[in-house]
Amino acid sequence: MDLLDPVIDPFRSGIDQRALLEVALIGVLCGALGFWVVSERLTYGAESLAHGLLPGFVLAALAGAPLLLGAAGGALVAAVLVALAARDERIGPDTGTAVAVTGLVGLGALLALAPDSPQRLEELLFGDLLGVTDGDLLAAALLLACGGAALVALHRPLCAVAFDPAGAAAAGVRPALVRLVLLALLAVAIAVAVQGLGALLVLAVLVAPPVAVRGHASTPARAMAAGAAVAALAGLAGIELSFHAGSAAGASVALALCGAAALGAAFRRSPGSVRRAGR
Amino acid sequence: MSATPEPGLAVSVTGLAAGYGGPPVLREVDFGVRAGESVCVLGPNGGGKTTLFRALLGELAPTTGRVRVSGRPAYVAQTERTRLDFPVTALDVALMGSLAHGRWWLPPRRPERAAAAAALERVGLTDASREPFGTLSGGQRQRALLARALVQAAPVLLLDEPLSGVDPASAREIGRVFDELRDEGRALLVSSHDVESARAFDLVLCLNGRQIAFGPPARALDRATLEATYGSEMIVLEGGPGGVRAVTVQHHEHGHGHEGHGHH
Repeated sequence: MDLLDPVIDPFRSGIDQRALLEVALIGVLCGALGFWVVSERLTYGAESLAHGLLPGFVLAALAGAPLLLGAAGGALVAAVLVALAARDERIGPDTGTAVAVTGLVGLGALLALAPDSPQRLEELLFGDLLGVTDGDLLAAALLLACGGAALVALHRPLCAVAFDPAGAAAAGVRPALVRLVLLALLAVAIAVAVQGLGALLVLAVLVAPPVAVRGHASTPARAMAAGAAVAALAGLAGIELSFHAGSAAGASVALALCGAAALGAAFRRSPGSVRRAGR
Repeated sequence: MSATPEPGLAVSVTGLAAGYGGPPVLREVDFGVRAGESVCVLGPNGGGKTTLFRALLGELAPTTGRVRVSGRPAYVAQTERTRLDFPVTALDVALMGSLAHGRWWLPPRRPERAAAAAALERVGLTDASREPFGTLSGGQRQRALLARALVQAAPVLLLDEPLSGVDPASAREIGRVFDELRDEGRALLVSSHDVESARAFDLVLCLNGRQIAFGPPARALDRATLEATYGSEMIVLEGGPGGVRAVTVQHHEHGHGHEGHGHH
């Protein structure tokens, strides 16, 4: 028996090959995008979008419509409701967002658990990496191509705004517009990634990679590249774990991502040592 | 923001009142700055210095009055307003100034990199150009932000307390660059709590919710103006053979106490 057989075995089947391709495509984009999500302190916003899109996701499943369409529509509705709820100064933005998102998750669960609903709530919440379709793979590939191009083009304005919004504005950058484009990209990424990882686990692929590389990369570009690599490798590790332990694929990938984040945080270095090591 | 000011003026402000939805926090502001002039903007916390800068930057529309600035001004914020944990070097910060010249979607070209390196050399930061911004000293950070403004090549520079908390070597370096910028014909507006440092500027603008005084330091920094500007924040005001000596106590939002004094 070849020593590499245990590693290769999972990918002898087409199902696992497709799962790996899906998680790699999503992971590379979300791992890089996650750097900006964390830098701009949008983690709670990302979680709100991912959870709040559940009703749209469920409605698409009930109607037999493409899940991507339902996720995108759900994300849009969630974004509008969260924006409206967060404006209520009497309760504060965090509380308003929490109430709106909890309400949306409750509505999604209500729809999914109705007697006439197909038994798919589990897939919607925790993803179905082993059931990805050609359409899912195409959407993930398009996300990587278009989202990657947007991140490359926006790199300098994103850096300037994250570092000093007022200084960036004086140099002609429009911080509100840059953040709006970032939010739109985040919403699209979540709508695509939620197909494989589910509404509850998709946040892991956005937040865990930047946490894993934080303090290890000396520039934003290196942090994005390292985040993309961590997400893809953790995806591979998660599918291996799922195959050998017989665990759920989406949850295994999420666990591997969070494990990478814990490892990165445990061995984090100071900014000065990162720069010196990077020379 | 701003249309072109009257001929000969880099900045002109006429009857300005500005605020944040409620009553104006700054009113009755009238002044003009020529190219090559430097202005020290004095006032207590909450006196309207930041509001004035926001109006000059075009971030805040005047409630009444008119603000005109030649070109897009460069802005140097207090270093505490920047993200110290963001992984950029002093060179990266200087390069951000080149965003003002367009082509934001492409990586910096050789001329832009050369301009950033030259700006860092001008503020004495060449040796630290590859150091992370967050590991620089307070004075070095201020100089890196000044280098970003130099790369922007703006005719008007707005600097928010650039000498607050910086080491003496950095203060000298920054003062030398101010002199050079003035000689190049740029207009400088520098907010400060330090009454003594205001004497080195061509003009002084005193604000305390409204314009208290505007003019050369020898004329503007008299006892009545300082009392009206600082009120209870001025704890000592002595007469003497050479004029008056004022000592103000500052209340920075970050809690750094500091004293400044002025002679007249």
